[in-house]
Amino acid sequence: MRKVLALTGAGLLTVIAVAHAQQKPAVDPAKADAAVKAAFANAPADWVPRLTPDETMRRCSQTRNKPGKATAAAIEKRERATIEYPADGNFIGDWKKGEALAQNGYGLRFTDYPPRRASGGNCYACHQLTKKEVSYGTLGPSLLEYGKLRDYKPEAIKAAYEKIYNSHAVLACSNMPRFGTNKILTIDQIKDAVALLMSPDSPVNKGQ
Amino acid sequence: MKNFLQTAFAALCAVAAVTSAPAQDADTEKGIERYRRMLKEDPWSNPGLLDADRGEALWKTARGPKNVSLETCNLGKGPGRVDGAFAELPRFFADANQVLDLETRILWCMEKIQGFNRADLVKRPHPGGGQPVKELGAMATYVASKSSGMKYVAKLDKPQEKEMVALGDELFHRRSGPFDFSCATCHAAEGLRIRLQGLPYLENPSEAKKVIGEWPAYRVSSTHVMTMQHRLYDCYWQMRMPELQIGSDASVALIAYLTKKAEGGEISAPALKR
Repeated sequence: MRKVLALTGAGLLTVIAVAHAQQKPAVDPAKADAAVKAAFANAPADWVPRLTPDETMRRCSQTRNKPGKATAAAIEKRERATIEYPADGNFIGDWKKGEALAQNGYGLRFTDYPPRRASGGNCYACHQLTKKEVSYGTLGPSLLEYGKLRDYKPEAIKAAYEKIYNSHAVLACSNMPRFGTNKILTIDQIKDAVALLMSPDSPVNKGQ
Repeated sequence: MKNFLQTAFAALCAVAAVTSAPAQDADTEKGIERYRRMLKEDPWSNPGLLDADRGEALWKTARGPKNVSLETCNLGKGPGRVDGAFAELPRFFADANQVLDLETRILWCMEKIQGFNRADLVKRPHPGGGQPVKELGAMATYVASKSSGMKYVAKLDKPQEKEMVALGDELFHRRSGPFDFSCATCHAAEGLRIRLQGLPYLENPSEAKKVIGEWPAYRVSSTHVMTMQHRLYDCYWQMRMPELQIGSDASVALIAYLTKKAEGGEISAPALKR
């Protein structure tokens, strides 16, 4: 009996060791951090935080954007807690401003430093939004008729706001930037983007 | 010449742009393909070759505080051997005790053989839009062109080299900055685009083999030769990261990782890009 227990114990240890080995990163994280620090040694002081992934990005990078169930749930919970809502409870701004925002790729590059104007959302870089704009990327899904397909429901409007503000609150390790949480866009700009998606008279839904 | 190329490119794109969206994508691709084919049929029409020639002259001219040429520079196949050297880079160099890519090795030779001050060389290493590639880049274009038509055979099997490839893999997937981007954000799946620009799936050897060997390449949109170090710098610019230091371990690691993915792929540098 003792022998069996000992063997089982040894077996378990092996299983644990193998599992541990699989989790262990191939490269010492301290080494990667040091290489990144040296590679961007000329970064302005207020850009230095850009070099280090936060806890969410660390987990996403580690799992190659395929977090396990528990990790994904922890990420979504943490990221949801960062969402700030419009004070007046209105999620819809001006779709015309939203369209301009979707076209505009200005901002946050080192050639945009120090910033000369507000950053854009650059939505078209990754998404199809309107039939009129044929120069769109395919990294993200098509958003044609986004509001129409959701019957312009209030909860869908709120969900769109949340998704733009922090995509990881909805889908852990999404490729989409956390536009609100990372201070890329202001709350008003996000409302304009929501208007583009969710206004019945927006070219996203009017389809011409 | 440059104007002619740009006009030809724009005209082809414009022709392609009249039709509807999905058809337009295919037509744009076809237009660009035809443009590339025209240039291939006349290999002398690639302006990058002028930079390769300039690089050859620079390589063979006595320069720097020590007033010597780079003809004794050992790119890995012995002092002065340029033919086929690029096909075996990056590699570990015992004299530098480092893994170096093509540009970083030339940098090392300029410092050690010609006596240039490294800090001056790395200060502004890449050309601005419309400016010709700088001296280091021109020499890299020359050396790479001397492996054109060969296949990538960098072994990357020494412990130091393996370590660099692993670091490159790690950095390729490292997400940070205000946009949370890593290289993999754009280059880890097939058939994707930013706006209309196609994105190679670089983790996939068959796609890496097609594109990695094209650099240094003449880039029509910026009207100059862009080297691989410059290309990475440009990616990090787009990723909203700070300026990537030329010759940094991180840059060499990424190049080692990409070259490993492209192992066996044909070198066609300097190629011609959009």
